[in-house]
Amino acid sequence: MSPDAERQHRLSPARVLDLDPLLDDPGTRIVVCCGSGGVGKTTTAAALGLRAAERGRKVVVLTIDPARRLAQSMGIDSLDNTPRRVKGVEGAGELHAMMLDMKRTFDEIVEAHADPERASAILGNPFYQSLSAGFAGTQEYMAMEKLGQLRARDEWDLIVVDTPPSRSALDFLDAPKRLGSFLDGRLIRLLTAPAKLGGRAGMKFLNVGMSMMTGTLGKLLGGQLLKDVQTFVSAMDTTFGGFRTRADATYKLLQAPGTAFLVVAAPERDALREAAYFVERLAAEDMPLAGLVLNRVHGSGAARLSAERALAAAEDLDLVGDRAAENLEESRIVDQEDGKAGVRNSPDTDGSSGSPTSNRTVPQLTAGLLRLHAERMQLLSREQRTRDRFTALHPEVAVAEVAALPGDVHDLAGLRDIGARLAAGRPELPETAEE
Amino acid sequence: MVTLEYVSRLQVVSGKGGTGKTTVAAALALALADEGKRTLLVEVEGRQGIAQLFETEALPYEERKIAVAPGGGEVYALAIDPELALLDYLQMFYKLGGAGRALKKLGAIDFATTIAPGLRDVLLTGKACEAVRRKEKSGRFAYDYVVMDAPPTGRITRFLNVNDEVAGLAKIGPIHNQAQAVMRVLKSPETAVHLVTLLEEMPVQETADGIAELRAAKLPVGQVIVNMVRPEVLDAAELELVRGTARSSFAQSLSAAGLGGARRGGHAERLVDPLLAQAEEYAERYALEHEQRAVLGELGLPLHELPLLAEGMDLAGLYELATELRKQGMS
Repeated sequence: MSPDAERQHRLSPARVLDLDPLLDDPGTRIVVCCGSGGVGKTTTAAALGLRAAERGRKVVVLTIDPARRLAQSMGIDSLDNTPRRVKGVEGAGELHAMMLDMKRTFDEIVEAHADPERASAILGNPFYQSLSAGFAGTQEYMAMEKLGQLRARDEWDLIVVDTPPSRSALDFLDAPKRLGSFLDGRLIRLLTAPAKLGGRAGMKFLNVGMSMMTGTLGKLLGGQLLKDVQTFVSAMDTTFGGFRTRADATYKLLQAPGTAFLVVAAPERDALREAAYFVERLAAEDMPLAGLVLNRVHGSGAARLSAERALAAAEDLDLVGDRAAENLEESRIVDQEDGKAGVRNSPDTDGSSGSPTSNRTVPQLTAGLLRLHAERMQLLSREQRTRDRFTALHPEVAVAEVAALPGDVHDLAGLRDIGARLAAGRPELPETAEE
Repeated sequence: MVTLEYVSRLQVVSGKGGTGKTTVAAALALALADEGKRTLLVEVEGRQGIAQLFETEALPYEERKIAVAPGGGEVYALAIDPELALLDYLQMFYKLGGAGRALKKLGAIDFATTIAPGLRDVLLTGKACEAVRRKEKSGRFAYDYVVMDAPPTGRITRFLNVNDEVAGLAKIGPIHNQAQAVMRVLKSPETAVHLVTLLEEMPVQETADGIAELRAAKLPVGQVIVNMVRPEVLDAAELELVRGTARSSFAQSLSAAGLGGARRGGHAERLVDPLLAQAEEYAERYALEHEQRAVLGELGLPLHELPLLAEGMDLAGLYELATELRKQGMS
């Protein structure tokens, strides 16, 4: 099969993800962007938020760990855990943006759910301070908590959430369950036992177990740390009873019809493998998936010219160019049949880089353009292969493709541009040349 | 390879998501496995990225040989499972095998490895340091080098420093002592933390921030590895010439190379615009990459560059990158 014919037989995504109807639908209350790190998840969340706002909705974007420039482009470089209105938004809607501050969120829960004396005891507990300041995992719990809070305030009609760049994908979905199983668990009952049981006779057996356990834990942790943990856990038990209820409510909210999950990926093997995992996991959790956003997709206006042909032509031109450089007067003499026969240069080791360039001839420059094109076509075919693999596994998933941009986004105009590309669903390409 | 510099025995590889740190860590493990040498490649984030790279089945929580390196050395791999590592740990250091099982029944292990994620980091770093220090009966180190595919740049300092925090929390007792022993390894020249980046703004910025954080925490910063570097097809002077050349001249050249007619509307002529558009995109990226290289140059650290593999990443490509790292003196 010729490369051209092969290209025509490729799988293409069955459905194009149409994002504007999703953003416009007043029934859409939460959009969750998930995906592995480095695929443009935060940028996608911000661009969708801006687009929805400029289409008339009152939006808040919850970002987890935005790149500094992106945050600045929305005017949220101060990490204060409160939604701030973004200036420069066009149209009737509003865009608010905030950055998650884990520790602050955790502290606020404590302050809201414990009396002042108990709150200050918890906030001053060394074990709490370490836990809340941001070990892996805390972010996920706090992102869920914050989402629940924002939804409960009901000040916005759309919340766009960026998820933590967690490698253990979808940890944020597990957060409430884990916390629940912990709070229901025997461990917490044991750890809090001294405070609760007070040596009641009927609990003798448990007390024996308890002292054995504290002995072991004490040996392991050191008596003082064990005391810190016990204090923390017992405070948490009485204070955070409501946390689990809220976490469960947030989990149900995510399953509700007003929520749409977008899996964000780039057309690279690892990112799409993760994306497939997300898709499967969301289905298993009954979470509503709207589709896949595929960022950084490359195209070419000359896609009919294959990499192989472009490279062969470049080699021809090199030979022509070399001869022309030797004999400038004859630079217009071209014999393509000769050129094809004699070239042995590999494309990577030819003289097109590193040597003096001021006297580059047009054939040599043209050869350079063709090599750039060959590189582009190789990239395209690599991207196509990885996408085909995903499409074969999940033909049901609608896909919105966003063309690659040479640089990063620094301002609202850049976000608006990405929003437009997202809504178009397919990268806009110049008309295909040849044939 | 012709370097007399001391090569740290624990090589920690971090980087922003999407920069290919797992690939670089694997290539580094191969590169360090010189003749007669044995390296251990450790995965801590449970994604089985190493198994996929080496095209093997999922790795269990067990050190197993996965490759023979170009110089004849051996590469072992280990995917650390926090729960098993904890039980392992209790047994190894505190002789608490039975208590470990009891703790598991009570949900304490679950607590330690999921609810209190800081403890998870303690186990992961602790296990890696144990492998670094482990000796065989003969007295030689079990592994000449340990390479860790570590958490991303944004989290690496906190991850490596977790034992400092623990030592502060548990002021006495075996955990305290163990935490301090791990920190001694991590803060010594025995350890080097490398950061993988791309020539793009966000990863470079994150690399600079990450280095500042590592330095502030007194953790030993190693080298910066620029991954997926695209070949230079046209340089700045050539791009300038391209801009100054008439479209019709390109059409004639393309036609001369057998790509169709050069006249208006001919096949060759219709190729010119898209090719020039691609050259413009390339020029823009080229300029950005130059800026980012300059930013990286100011970090004052050795820089290594690994090429983007045109055919995509596979086992052959991994060996290619390992050879490249050796050539550049990283092992």
